[in-house]
Amino acid sequence: MEKKVESGMSSIVKTITSVMVGFMMLFAGYFILFGDEVPGGGFPAGVMMALAYILITLAYGREFVEKRVSGITASKLTDVGVLIFLFVGFFGLYFSGTFLNNFLQNNESLFFTSGTIIINDVAVALTVGMSLYLIFLALAIFGRVVCEGSLCKDLGRDSEEEKE
Amino acid sequence: MDRILPFFVIIPVFSAVSTLLVSRWERRKFPRIWSILTVSSLLVLLYFIWDKGVLVHEMGGWKAPFGVVLVKDSLTRFMLLIINGVALITLLYSYSYILKREDYLRFFSLFLLMLAGMNGVVLTGDLFNLFIFLEIASIASYVLVGYDIGAEELEAAFKYLIMGVLASMCILIGIAIVYSVTGSVNMADVARFIETNDIVDNKAILMATGLFILGFGLKAGFVPFHAWLPDAHPSAPAPISAMLSGVLIKSLGIYPLIRIFYNVIPMSPVVSNIFIFLGSISMIVGALMGSGQIDIKRLFAFHSVSQMGYIIVGVGLGTPLGLIGALFHLLNHSVFKSLLFLSSGAIQSSTGTRNMKKLGGLRESMPVTSGSAVVGALSISGVPPFNGFWSKLIIILAAFQVKNIWAASALILTAFLTLMCFVKFQKHAIFGEASEIVKRSKEAPLPMLMSLVILGILCLAIGLFNQTIIANIITPAQEILFDKGAYIMSVLGNVGGG
Amino acid sequence: MTLYFLDFLLFMIGLYALVTKRHIVKKILGVAIMEYSVNLFLILIGFKMSGTAPIMVADMDFATFIRTAVDPLPQALVLTSIVIGLGTLALMVAIAIRLYERYGTFDMHEINRLRG
Repeated sequence: MEKKVESGMSSIVKTITSVMVGFMMLFAGYFILFGDEVPGGGFPAGVMMALAYILITLAYGREFVEKRVSGITASKLTDVGVLIFLFVGFFGLYFSGTFLNNFLQNNESLFFTSGTIIINDVAVALTVGMSLYLIFLALAIFGRVVCEGSLCKDLGRDSEEEKE
Repeated sequence: MDRILPFFVIIPVFSAVSTLLVSRWERRKFPRIWSILTVSSLLVLLYFIWDKGVLVHEMGGWKAPFGVVLVKDSLTRFMLLIINGVALITLLYSYSYILKREDYLRFFSLFLLMLAGMNGVVLTGDLFNLFIFLEIASIASYVLVGYDIGAEELEAAFKYLIMGVLASMCILIGIAIVYSVTGSVNMADVARFIETNDIVDNKAILMATGLFILGFGLKAGFVPFHAWLPDAHPSAPAPISAMLSGVLIKSLGIYPLIRIFYNVIPMSPVVSNIFIFLGSISMIVGALMGSGQIDIKRLFAFHSVSQMGYIIVGVGLGTPLGLIGALFHLLNHSVFKSLLFLSSGAIQSSTGTRNMKKLGGLRESMPVTSGSAVVGALSISGVPPFNGFWSKLIIILAAFQVKNIWAASALILTAFLTLMCFVKFQKHAIFGEASEIVKRSKEAPLPMLMSLVILGILCLAIGLFNQTIIANIITPAQEILFDKGAYIMSVLGNVGGG
Repeated sequence: MTLYFLDFLLFMIGLYALVTKRHIVKKILGVAIMEYSVNLFLILIGFKMSGTAPIMVADMDFATFIRTAVDPLPQALVLTSIVIGLGTLALMVAIAIRLYERYGTFDMHEINRLRG
C-alpha cells in the first residue's frame, strides 16, 4: 500500500479546525433556536453554517469535502430549505386563512414560544448557509470553463450546477 | 376567495425549486412539461378571480398598515393576464428552442423565479415588498441574459447588472425617504397620509419622486438610462429576449410608475411634464438609433425603447384617454414585440445569423416564420387593422386633446420613423433575393411555429375586437387608477376579505 | 445631521470608484460601498441619539419604550436588503471571473465588443 499524500493544511490547523467547527455549528444552532427572543435569526445562523463548511474545505482539502458534502448535496439542500418555508406558509393558509400565519402561536412549550417562526428560521438558515457554501465552491473550487462558439463545457470538476 | 392570491407567487417558486430536485433520468422531458403546466394553472386561477372585484389578502394575519397586503384590482388582473399569457407562449416556444443547450434545468427554474417575481410585483400593496419582488425578478433576469456563456453575452449581462443594481439602490433610497416622511410603507397608508396632510409639495416627497423616476425609469429603459437595453436584449436567448422586452420592462418599470404616481403620490404638473419630455426623447432617439442597425435583434431592442416612450407619454398626459391609450399600447407591445423576438430567434436557429444584410428572401424557405414576422412588423408600425394602429391613434388623440403640440408631433414623427425602419427590415430580410444561407435553411420546429401563429392571430384579433377589449379590460383598470379614494377604502377598510 | 452628510459622502466615494476606475474589481468594490451606504441610510432614518435597543423588557412602560427606543422597522428592512446585496455581489464577482476568462483582461475599456 503506497503512502497517501496529505492534502489540505498542516495537522495543527486540522486539529484546531475540527474543534472550532463544532462550536460554530453550536452557535448557529443557538441563533436558530432562540432567534425570536435574542438578536439573531435565520440569516446569521446560515452564515455561521456556511463559514463552518468553508473552514473545513480550506483546512482539509477538496477531496475530503467532496465525499461528504459535495456541490450537488448543497444545491439540493438549498431547495429543501425553500420547500420547507413554502410548506409552512401553505399550512398557515390551510389552517387559518392567510399565508404564513402563525398557527402555533400561543404555545407554551420550550422552543415553540413564537410558533412557526422557528421552523422558518431553520429553513432560512439551511437555504442561506448552503447557498453561501455553493458560492464559495463555484468561485474557488469548481473548474474553468472552455468555450467554442457558444457551447461551453466545464473542465476538471464534475460539471454540476454552479448555482448563481 | 382572497386565499388564491398568494398562489400566484407560491406555485412558480415551488415549480422552480422542484425542477432542480429532479433526478437524472427525467431530465429531458420533465422541466418543460412541468413549467407549461405551472403557468397554465396560473392562468386558470386568474380566470377564477377575474370578476370578483377588489380582493385584499393580508399575509400572516396582520391587518393592513402593519402587515404586508396583497391587493388584486383591475389593473393587477390586467397585468397578470399579460405576464402569464406571454410566459405561457414563450414556454411553448422554448419547448424546442432550448434543446441545443446542455443543461436546461437551470433555465426553467430561473424563468419560473422571474415569473414569480413579476407576479409578486403586480400583486403587492406594500412598497418594500415591491422592492423585494423587483429584486427577485431582476436577479433572475441578470443570470438569464448571460445564459449562453459567451464573451458578448457576459459583457451585456455585466453592464445590465451594474445598471440594474444602481436602479435598485435609488429605489431603496426613495422608499426610505417616503417612510421617513409618512411613517409607513403600505401604499394605501402612504396615500391616505399624503392626502389628509396635503403635503404634496413637500421637498422630501419631491426628492423621492425624482429617485423613483430614476430607478424605475432605468428598469423600463427610458432614454437617459437606456444604455443597457440594446446590449442585453439581443444577447439573451430568444425566449428570454421576448420575456424581457415583452413583460419585464413593463411590469418592473412602467407598472410601479403608474401605481405610485396615480395612487400613492398624486400626479403633479412637474411629474407630468417630466414624463412627456422623457417619453418624447425616448421615442425619437430609439427610432433614430434603431434605423442604423444591421443586427435584427438590436433593431428590435432599440424600438422597444421608443415604444416605451409612447407608453410613458400616454401616462404623463394625465387624462383618462391618455391612460387608456397607454395601457392598451402596453398590451399590444407585449404581444407584437414578443412575436418579433421569437421570430428572430427562429430565424437565428435556422439560418445561424442575425445580420440583415446576409438574410433575404426568407419567405420561400421559412413561410410561416416570415409571415408572422411581417404581421409583427406591420403591428409595430401602426398599420390598420392590426393592433398597433388603434393604441397609437388613441395616444395621439389624447395628446391633441390637451393641446400639447410638441408631444403630438413627436408621436407622429416616431410613427413614420418606425414604419420606415420596419419596411427596411422587411425588404432586407424577408422579401428580395434568397441568399446562400437562406437557401439551405428549413422551417422551424412545430412548437415554435405554434407559438408564433398564436401571437400573430392575437395581434389581428386584438386589432379587430379593440372596442370590446378596451371596454372590458382596460377601462376598469384606468378607473381604479383615477379613483384613489376607492383604492384606500378597499385596502384599509376591507379587513379580512371574502 | 452630520451623520446624513457622512453617509452621503460614503455614497459619493462608492460612485466615484464605480465611474472612474477601469478595473472591474474596483468597480465591484464601488458598488459594494454604495450598497453599504444605502443600508446605513435606511437605518439612520430610524435612529435616535442615545436611544435603546427596541426590545421591551418586562418592567418597562409602554410610553417610555416609545420615547427611548430606536425604530425597529428599518432594521427589519435592512436585514433583507443586506442579503439581497450579498447575492448580487456574488453574481457580479462570478461574471467578472468569467469575463476575464473570455477577454483576457480586467480593463473595462477593452471589454466593449458591443457598440453602435
